[in-house]
Amino acid sequence: MTAIDELFARTRAEGRAALVGYLPAGFPSKELSIKAIEAMVEGGVDLVEVGLPYSDPVMDGPTIQAAAEQALRAGSRTTDVIDVVRASAATGAPTVVMTYWNPVERFGVNRFAEALAGAGGAGLITPDLIPDEAAEWVAASEQFGLDRIFLVAPSSTDERLAMTADAASGFIYATAVMGVTGAREQTSALGPELVARLRKVTDKPVGVGLGVSNGDQAREVAEFADAVIVGSALVRCLLDAEDESAGLEAIRRLAQDLRAGVERN
Amino acid sequence: MYAQPDTTGHFGRFGGRFMPEALIAPLDELDHAWTDAKADPTFMAELDRMLREYANVPSPLYEAHRFSEAAGARILLKREDLNHTGAHKIRNVIGQALLAKRIGKPRAIAETGAGQHGVASATACAYLDLECVVYMGELDTQRQALNVARMRMLGAEVVPVTTGSRTLKDAINEALRDWVASVDTTSYLFGTAAGPHPFPSMVRDLTRGIGDEARAQVLELTGSLPDAAVACVGGGSNAIGLFTAFIDDADVRLVGIEAGGDGVETGRHAATITGGDVGVLHGARSFLLQDEDGQTIESHSISAGLDYPGVGPEHSFLADTGRASYVPATDAEAMSAFDLLCKTEGIIPAIESAHALAGALELAKELGPDSTILVNLSGRGDKDVHTAAEYFGLIDEPVVLEQGVEE
Ligand SMILES: Cc1ncc(COP(=O)(O)O)c(C=O)c1O
Repeated sequence: MTAIDELFARTRAEGRAALVGYLPAGFPSKELSIKAIEAMVEGGVDLVEVGLPYSDPVMDGPTIQAAAEQALRAGSRTTDVIDVVRASAATGAPTVVMTYWNPVERFGVNRFAEALAGAGGAGLITPDLIPDEAAEWVAASEQFGLDRIFLVAPSSTDERLAMTADAASGFIYATAVMGVTGAREQTSALGPELVARLRKVTDKPVGVGLGVSNGDQAREVAEFADAVIVGSALVRCLLDAEDESAGLEAIRRLAQDLRAGVERN
Repeated sequence: MYAQPDTTGHFGRFGGRFMPEALIAPLDELDHAWTDAKADPTFMAELDRMLREYANVPSPLYEAHRFSEAAGARILLKREDLNHTGAHKIRNVIGQALLAKRIGKPRAIAETGAGQHGVASATACAYLDLECVVYMGELDTQRQALNVARMRMLGAEVVPVTTGSRTLKDAINEALRDWVASVDTTSYLFGTAAGPHPFPSMVRDLTRGIGDEARAQVLELTGSLPDAAVACVGGGSNAIGLFTAFIDDADVRLVGIEAGGDGVETGRHAATITGGDVGVLHGARSFLLQDEDGQTIESHSISAGLDYPGVGPEHSFLADTGRASYVPATDAEAMSAFDLLCKTEGIIPAIESAHALAGALELAKELGPDSTILVNLSGRGDKDVHTAAEYFGLIDEPVVLEQGVEE
């Protein structure tokens, strides 16, 4: 059992969904990104996604784009992301990296997997790497005991849902809307349908993301998903904050609100 | 016989699909739609008719006598500059827009750098009655204000992109973001032979007329095949369009000319194959300009149409196998060839195409006076008059009259 398997065994036993929180490494600085992760774990986040800032984030909306741009301008490097993973894993929350593929390929797929595992990381979420192209990563993840979190979408055919679920481990990341990351007013009607289609082909846990920004939305999603994934709304807390402590406090409070939502009460 | 890519869009280790899962089913649909359309004689006859009646295709082959004399080899120009909208791009766009009609999607999006593909897209959408939205880096909207006006005149909406480096690569990112959210009703008219499968091979299929026509035209004119075929390479659509007909002709050298900017050694260039490394950008594995961490590096070229840090995967494959070679021409070399064509032939080439001319001049030195070199003149230079005039210092200082002083 990996750390992620254990987490889902626990949340299932507790009759709740897991709360997954995303923050980019190095935004607004390496130190602050670590403090922000600690704050969201204190607030109740169960699993941390550390974003690797990338120059061409085609899956991301304006909020995460802005954060990634700021992190890169401040000089954030791939090795810094590994450091942030180490600090995040030290909180006790299973920690994965969410990254576009080229930085991993450039670092060396095996070398990246080894560094990630060495830092206590649990796996990778790969928004632009589909299982069809992932042979090298599948081999490396097995060698270093890392989970492979692939994405599915409302447009995925039943055949692709089955193939992707089969290739994935830890959990499956269901993007509930056709679109990029970003907080939305309403949760998507496509989410429940997508998860229902997935349930027919897999028993693996399903996390639902894209657009969740508050406890009420988290509660809605927790009705049908094993994990609720929140990104842009957390990043916004830091972008909008007047100063460091206000940003951290906003993150802690949002995490608490979201956590109450996933408790389904 | 050369047969690339494989059924999953790989040219050897290059190409493929590095895209969000949300776009995989739509890309599969596009792949099937294009495969069906290609095999449908009615569709292909319609496309042929449009290219002939509307786009002025086939373009002529022209023997550039005075330029040849200066070059020291027999230079034949494939006159894509005479196509409607002034470049090879119209071939690709009419094809993709007609396919969009066939699929039944009423809205089209496109990215553009210099504005040439944007203008071609706006043109095809007006012609075929499609709604058209063009994404263009904010920096490029300023550098190419006239093309922005042109697109708007043709009824397209131009959206300036303010993220990242605010150039072509960011315009592609933004178009992809639009497409993920709109794919049920929207076709993405991709501007070059790059991107995820099936774009590289579909764009090649649509531009290969350049080489198919030129091969027959050269044979008719000279009785034999050329010694070399030369084209500039941005993303690679005009070059792959020229090369495809000759790939199985082992004696014809295929030479792609990349934008060398200030010189590859300065780091300020867009010579992706010469100066880059293998990686993944915009949906495919290919050569690209990237730093140690795999972050994309901004490219530099006097030619906006070549100013792109990536390149189509088939060119990476042809470079890897040695079937084609890729060499840089600097801004200065391209502008010198530009000047020579203007003065010897009365043809103002696109600055992109001037890179191919510069490459041909180098090649002529190597191949000698008995050789025949086919050059794709991919576009005309009207759009570049301002850039070239500034480069050569041809614009007189504006006369400023002091108030109250009579002239
Ligand atoms: C005249 C002309 N030639 C060449 C190019 C480069 O594109 P590609 O490499 O796809 O042919 C452009 C792009 O704008 C162009 O306008």
